[in-house]
This record gives sequence, structure tokens and C-alpha cells, in this order.
Amino acid sequence: MSQPFRLNKEGLINRNKKISFTFNGKKLFGYEGDTIASALIANGIHLVGRSFKYHRPRGFFGAGVEEPNAKLQVEFNGHSEPNVNATEMELVEGLSATSQNCWPSVNFDVGAINNFLKMFFPAGFYYKTFMWPKSFWYKIYEPFIRKAAGLGVASIEKDKERYEHKFEYCDLLVTGSGPSGLASAYAAAKNGAKVILAEDKPRFGGTLLTDDVSIDNLSGKDWAEKIISELKSMPNVTVKNRSQVFGYYDHNMLVMFERVSDHLEKKSKFTPRQRLWYIRAKETILSTGSIERPIVFGNNDTPGIFLSAAAKEYMKVYGVLVGKKPLIFTNNDSAYETALEFKKNNVEPIILDTREEHSSELIDEAKSKGIDIRFSHGVIVANGYKKVKSAKIGKLNKDKNSFEKIETVDCDCICVSGFWTPSVHLASQSGNKLKYEEKIDAFIPDKKKQHETSVGAANGSFTLEESLKHGFENGSNLSAKITETKKEISIPNVNEKKYGAHDKFWCMPLPKNENPKRFVDFQNDVSVSDIEIALREGYRSIEHVKRYTTLGMATDQGRTSNLNGLQLVSNIENKIVPEVGHTTFRPPFTPITIGTIVGREVGMEYMPTRKTPMHEWHEKNNAVFVDAGAWKRPRYYKQGSETLFEASKREAKNVRENVGICDVTTLGKIDIKGPDAAEFLNRVYTNAWMKLPVGKARYGLMLREDGIVMDDGTTTRISENHYHMTTTTAQAANVLSHLEYYLQIVWPELNVNVVSTTEQWAGAAIAGPKSREMLSKLYPDLDVSNEALPFMGYKESEFFGVPSRIFRISFSGELAYEINVKSDHGMFMWEKMMEVGKEFGNQPYGTEALSTLRIEMGHVAGPELDGRTIPSDVSLNGLVSKKKDFIGKNSLGREAFNVESRQKIVGLIPIDRKSSIPEGSHIVQDQNAKLPNPKLGHVSSSCWSVENNNPFSLAIMKDGKNMIGKKFFAVSPLKNKSIEVEVISSHYVDPEGKRVRS
Amino acid sequence: MLYIKCPYCGLRAQKEFSYGGDATVKRPNINEEVSSEDWDNFVYMRKSPRGKHIELWQHIAGCRQWIKVQRDTATHEIFQTAKVTEEIR
Repeated sequence: MSQPFRLNKEGLINRNKKISFTFNGKKLFGYEGDTIASALIANGIHLVGRSFKYHRPRGFFGAGVEEPNAKLQVEFNGHSEPNVNATEMELVEGLSATSQNCWPSVNFDVGAINNFLKMFFPAGFYYKTFMWPKSFWYKIYEPFIRKAAGLGVASIEKDKERYEHKFEYCDLLVTGSGPSGLASAYAAAKNGAKVILAEDKPRFGGTLLTDDVSIDNLSGKDWAEKIISELKSMPNVTVKNRSQVFGYYDHNMLVMFERVSDHLEKKSKFTPRQRLWYIRAKETILSTGSIERPIVFGNNDTPGIFLSAAAKEYMKVYGVLVGKKPLIFTNNDSAYETALEFKKNNVEPIILDTREEHSSELIDEAKSKGIDIRFSHGVIVANGYKKVKSAKIGKLNKDKNSFEKIETVDCDCICVSGFWTPSVHLASQSGNKLKYEEKIDAFIPDKKKQHETSVGAANGSFTLEESLKHGFENGSNLSAKITETKKEISIPNVNEKKYGAHDKFWCMPLPKNENPKRFVDFQNDVSVSDIEIALREGYRSIEHVKRYTTLGMATDQGRTSNLNGLQLVSNIENKIVPEVGHTTFRPPFTPITIGTIVGREVGMEYMPTRKTPMHEWHEKNNAVFVDAGAWKRPRYYKQGSETLFEASKREAKNVRENVGICDVTTLGKIDIKGPDAAEFLNRVYTNAWMKLPVGKARYGLMLREDGIVMDDGTTTRISENHYHMTTTTAQAANVLSHLEYYLQIVWPELNVNVVSTTEQWAGAAIAGPKSREMLSKLYPDLDVSNEALPFMGYKESEFFGVPSRIFRISFSGELAYEINVKSDHGMFMWEKMMEVGKEFGNQPYGTEALSTLRIEMGHVAGPELDGRTIPSDVSLNGLVSKKKDFIGKNSLGREAFNVESRQKIVGLIPIDRKSSIPEGSHIVQDQNAKLPNPKLGHVSSSCWSVENNNPFSLAIMKDGKNMIGKKFFAVSPLKNKSIEVEVISSHYVDPEGKRVRS
Repeated sequence: MLYIKCPYCGLRAQKEFSYGGDATVKRPNINEEVSSEDWDNFVYMRKSPRGKHIELWQHIAGCRQWIKVQRDTATHEIFQTAKVTEEIR
């Protein structure tokens, strides 16, 4: 079990702890501190996936977040996750990784035929090819494309992991723990600021871990460790590794994704897997560093081709060689450090430098170590299918567009460096318009839009000295503004190598008659020729080129491809890059799991559950619950093997024949007090309220200003200046806001206060012909006769020693009462009612029976008051005062509300008296008419009328009242039903309303 | 997520508030004649400016007060917040 590419000593991994894992079924091992990528490379494995479109073999390209290729399906800690970045995921014991987008295997992939048919798959291929015939799209083309162009497979298992959200505030958030980030955090912390320092990687230090530098005579790595341990010891500092700040939102709100325990073998049940941080920072330091960009050349996607800094990181952090015969292809000095690192590990690199022969500190050092440097050289095309075997290299002429000499050299890896691109994603997300910096051929942040300050490489300064200086200065100045303390900090002495100028060279020309693919965007398989096609076809805006070719649109967000794409467009268009502009950066910076976004809001925690004080009783008595907003309401009380239909029929029938009780606690209740309360109600409701006596309730209807019915309910005058309003369960919150709006903004002169008392009162309705008898037993000392407590009457009395309110109101259309007691007494009330009601045949009834009762009475509810109906539509125009003004009155005069054929509420019964009519059915004249079949109305509510023992529905129908007696069809394509119906009055039972007054 | 300064409670996250539309719209007085044009303007016609906009928010998960917020509709910058009884200029 030797690892052929593992160095003996180098690296920050823990060689004392071996970790076994599998890759495509093969058993392998790595060490604690490895990523999947470093462990695979150590084992000599480079072919890890197939490309998106052409299914070309792909290997690792980067060593971190910039990786475009190595996305794996990974199973670990009992779950399976797609599209995991192998360069970021840390190795854990028992992890199993498999390649994606290949079938049957990554070594032999049938889809690779696309690579040989590539002339048929240019940019815009899907748009052009799959257009015709149209009918093929859904059944043939789309499923085919989906199958062919897949990434990983999302698990369909329930995610058992725990995810958390955290809200945090700080003075200074520092994103990235490279030299400039450490310096900023340190300076701010010394000033007493509350600091959060976030590092995406497991190890702090950024480039300090890999660069050959010293700070105050310490190595970069040791200095980083020293600063971090000092920061960790300070109470005003939070230091977080494995934490990616991925989004910069409004008002300095940043969102961070913390990988809490993915790297742990064992963890407690309550340790979250990942955590989402919402951080409101007063100031933000963006020390996000930079990402190396490649130089484009032929077959530059072959496995074994790496970014040069990644190759160095594999050596220095993981002790892994990406190859033993490296070619270093560069246009700048930084790749020389990679070459020197190879050399240090006894590997002989060849450097191909696109620049003409010249001298710099690093070049001289490489020369002195005897490294083979070839100036004016570059890689033309890489040879090898599943792994680089050799490269055709060329000596460039002075024009850099043709070759003086071409030869082939053997190699097993190519490390490429096309200079550095600042990571400006967060700055751009904050609203900062970027500017193009000629000196580095890249965009850097421009004028601040929010409280963000980019420092170090993220701001285009690539020397350690400058990065540290900017970091200390900005960290100190920004925090001093907040804490009003400014501690002197001496900027440490730095020892680093001086870089020479880079070459503005980004794409290798091709010799005549050679046409290998030259990829710009690896993850989405976008090549130079694709972008050329897009421009030839007339796409000019970079945003259009992006969408047509999908350049930079993959999950890597074009981190290694955007600038090369812009260079290419500007070259072809004969523009300079800033004229072409850049595409928009959007969060998240890296893909994050859905689980993290959801957090703890799953299952029962998805929303709060509201339970009435009688909930436990309902549970014990076999209630089947239904959600009414956040409330749980009994839908029916199941007896034996009853179905919903049978139970609700039984319950409703019992109300019509005997008496039933229903938990109505969920109704919205608003307490209204003040000398102007009557005047206020008079403006809010459509009917008259000035003369309602104390001790009386009234049914009221309220409109929106546009004349549409908003809500209905009863309001009772408790005392002179005190009213108790009820709303529907659904509208309770809206009605309260509505009342507050008018009191606070429109009529502040009215002396009225409103407050929700929904939670304070428990309510039960007693309904049925025997309800008065039952009530008299509940209140033995109270006169409950029709004279003493008439319809719409109100009384306060003790309920077995407990204060209570009695309202004689009815939703069921039966003789009925509603009793309210304090919530704490709700259960007591309910149990007493069950006990006392026994002799009258009392049964509890749920919302399904409640609906049945109100529907057959023609009482409207939510389905009729659906935000489209005015009072006269639902036969409530009797409640609309002609004498006074009220909210929405002026709108009722609108022409469309007053046309003769306006929709009206009607009743429907099926001709066969048997078939129930699905809610939502459309009413049509001819069930066989050609589509679109003219719709005359819709079925709003349906029930089985227990009074008449046949189905009955309410419908809102054009010219409804004149349709009574006529026959139509209620069709429901959804349920594939068409039922012949007769239109009747909406008041199917007791149209005169005798029962409620009896 | 916006950060809104409630004049009663201080800076609070947007999720504590609900939006209430243009704050400069004035409802015609109750019990007063209003032309149908004025009424329609009040009910339906709203400007949708790019830039500064004075709007209503209600601090529903806080003090339940309606407040005025002057916000840039393009950048979300909040210039000023005030009680509804106060003017924003």
C-alpha cells in the first residue's frame, strides 16, 4: 500500500493517522488532513470525471475552490452528496467517492462519442438542433438532454443531518485569513473591535502556507499560526475555519457557510453538519485573495494539467507530487516558485516561459539551481487521452503568433500559470462597480458601495509587503472609527522574492492545419472556437456571449475562465477588455447544500404549530387534524373505521338533529376599546354600527378600498366603549394590520386602541336544536330563554365558577351559542360541555362538518370571499349601507361591479342527486364544446347535504340569479369528471333563517 | 436582508417588518364627496420610481407601528425612517 506520489516529509498532513476510503470501488488510503484530491493524486489517480458536454476525460486542475473538473458523488457519514468538489472535501474514514457524468465507467464512457462528434456540438447546439418538431421537445429531446448532461445524483433519502442557522453581529468581518486578512483582523482586534475572521479552508494562513517568505524572521506559516493563536485568545474575536462567506447582501449583511462536522468521523447527535451564518457587519474586509488563471492551449483539459500554484500547494500542504516529469508553462515569475519546489523535492522540471530571456530574482535562482528554462516557449498541445504523456511545445517568434521551432517533449504533468485574478466576487456582489487594472490584466474593486474594503491580492496587490501594510492600515482605521481606540501597531519586516513583470499573453496560437480543442471554460466545456462562433453569429454583449456559450455559468462561476473569455472576445472584437466589460457575479460564491439554507426549519419545525387549549382532548378522542394556517384544527373525530365522509356526515347530522360542540378558538379575536370605537367600526364595516346597544352582537362585513370583500365576522359591544371583534381564522393577522393602518395613519384623530386577543380566549360553539337545553344545564342560574338571550344577544356569566362570555351567534345556521373562557380554562370548559351534553346526544364536530353545515345554509366563507367578490356577488348587499361612508364604498360604484351579468352566488345540485361536484369545477353550457370552452362560473364549496341527503355545492356564476332552474355541466379536468347540475338558490336549508332565531 | 431603523425600536432586520406601499398616497377624507377619478387614483394609481421612494412598513414582529421609510428602489439604500406622523423631505 505505498503511495507512489507522496513525498516523504513535506506537508501539513498528519502522517500518524491513515484514513481509508474508496474511489470508484477501489480501496485506497490517505492521511488525516488530505482532501479527496490530494489523496487520489498521492495514489497516482488523475482521471476522476468526464466533461459536461463532450465527456472528455478530466482530472484535477486546482487545489481548492477554483477547481472546475473534479466534482464527485461522495458518500460519507451515511449520506450521498452530488457535485462535491474533490479539492475541498476533506477525507474522512469510510468515505466513498465515485465519478459523475460517465457510463458505464469513468475509464470507458459511452458518452465520449460526443467528443468525436464535436463538430456537431458547437455553441448554441441545443438551441439550434432541438427546435423542431416542437412536439418532440417534452418526450424526446428534453429527457435525452437531461440524461446526457447530468452532474451528480441527488439523494432521494430523507436528510437525517442537522443544519443550523446563526445570526451574528460584528464590527468587522474579515473574509479570508491570508496575510492581509490576518493583518486586518489583528489590527482591528487590538483596537477592541468585535471581529469575525472567516477562512474557507481547514488551515488558516492562505498563501502564507505555500509561499517561501518570512515575516519578522518567522516563516509565513509560523507567523500565521502565531497571529491566529493570539486572535483566538482574545474575547472580542471569533475565528472560524472551514467557513466560506459566500454572499454579500444589502445593508452589509453577509452570509457564511460553515462546514462544522463533515470532516469528523464521529460527532454528537446535536452537532450540526453545517451552519449558515447571517452576519451583519459594520465594516467588512474582503481579503479573498486571488486565483491563478491558466494560459489557453490545445487539449489543455487533459488530466495531469494543473494550475501551477495548485501543484505547489499539493507539494507544500499535502506532500504530494502532481507528477514526476513536470512542464511548467508560464507568463510570469510565480510559477518559478513551483519549479523550485519540484527541484527541492528532487524532481527536474522544464520551465517554458512565454517571455523573452531576461532576469529577475526568481529566474536567477532557478538558473542557479540548474533548472531547464526555455524562454519564448509555450505548450501548443498536450498529448495523451486519459493522462498527459507528452507535449508539443513551440518557440514563439517575436510576434508571438507563429513558431520558430516546434518539438515534442515527454512529461507527465503540465503546470500552467497565466498570472493572477483577484477574487472580486464579494466586492461585486456588494454593488461595487469593478474597474479594469491594466497592470495585472484583471478587474479590481472600484468605489465602495457598501461598507466593504478590499485588501491584498483581492485588491490587486500581489506583494506580501503591500498586503500586510494594507491589511494593518485598513483593519486599524476601520475599527478605530467604531471603537474610537487606535493602538499603534508596528508593521513587521518582510522577506519575500521580487517578481518581474508578467507577459500579457493568455492563449497559445496553433500551427497551421492543427485544430485541437482549446478550452476556456472547463466545467461547461466552452472552447475558443465556441466563443468565436457566438461572435460570428452576432452576439456582442458579453452577457449574451456568456448565455449562448454558457461560458462561466457552471458551478465554478468561471473562476478560471472569465478573464480568458473576456480576452478572447476583446481580441476578436478589437476592443480592450474594459470595453467588453464583465458579467455579473452572483451569490453563492461556492455551491452550498440545500440543507444549510433550510436549517432547522424542517418537519415540525417548518413553522410554529398553534394548538388550542383543547388540543389534547381532541388528540385523545381520535381527532384527525387539518392545518388552518399555523393552527391545528380537528377535521373530524374518527369513530371505528369511519371515513372522513362518513364521520363528517354523522357529526353534521347530529348538529341538525341534536347538538354538537366545535372548538372555535382559532377564530381571530380583536379587542377594541376607546370613545371613538363605534365611529371606527362604522367606517371599517359596510353596515351601520352607531346604534348597536351594549350586550348585542352584529354580523359585519369589511371591504378593501377596491370594494372587494376582505373579511366577515361578528363584533359584540361588551360595554360602552369596548367591543370584541371576531375575524376568520385565515384573515386574523391581516385584519389586525388593516385596523392598525387606519388608526395609525388614516384616522389618527380617532381615540381607539386595538389588540389581538386570539390567544387569550378559548372558544367553543354549541349548535343544534337542543343547544338551549344544554346551555341551561351549563348555566343553571342564568335565564337563557329566547327573550332573555335572543339571537345576536350577549351575556357574561360564570361557567361553573369560571368567568365566561356567551354569544348567541351561529355559523351553522342552527340555534347556536359560542362560549369564551380564558385560555387556561379552555379544557375545563370543553370537558364540562362533554359531560353535561351527554343527555342531549352532544357530539364534538370538526371543520368538515362545520363546512357542511355552513355550505348547505348558503353561508359564505373563504372559498367565496376569495379576493374577487364584492358584497352583491355573495348576496351580502343587504349589509351595505347606502347612508354612510366606509372603507371601499366609493369603489362599489364602479361600472364593472354593476353590470347585469355580474357573477353571483348560486347553489348547485347534481341532476342524479348522487355525484358530488369537485370544488374548483368549471361551469359550462356544453361539456363537449371545443376548447377553450366558455366558462360561466366555478364551484367554490361542495358538501353532502345532510338535510337533503344529496350533494350540494355553492358556485359563483355569471348572471347567477337568472340561471336558477337551468341545467349546466360542472367539469373538472383535474379529476376527469363532468357532472350535470341544476342551478338553485344558494340557501338550500332554512332559507328564511328561522332556526337561528328559534 | 434590509436593515431598517424603526423609530421606536431601533435597527431591526427586514424579516420583522412587512411592506405597506407608497407612503405619500393620501386617502380621501371619509364622508366627503370624491370624484371617481380622484378615487381611482387613490386606489389604483401608483408611481414606480427608480430611486428615492417614501414607503410604509409595519413593524409587525415588533412594536406593530406603521412607519415611513425613504428607500432607494434600485440600490435599497435607506436614507431616512420616521414615524408616520413625521414628514420625510
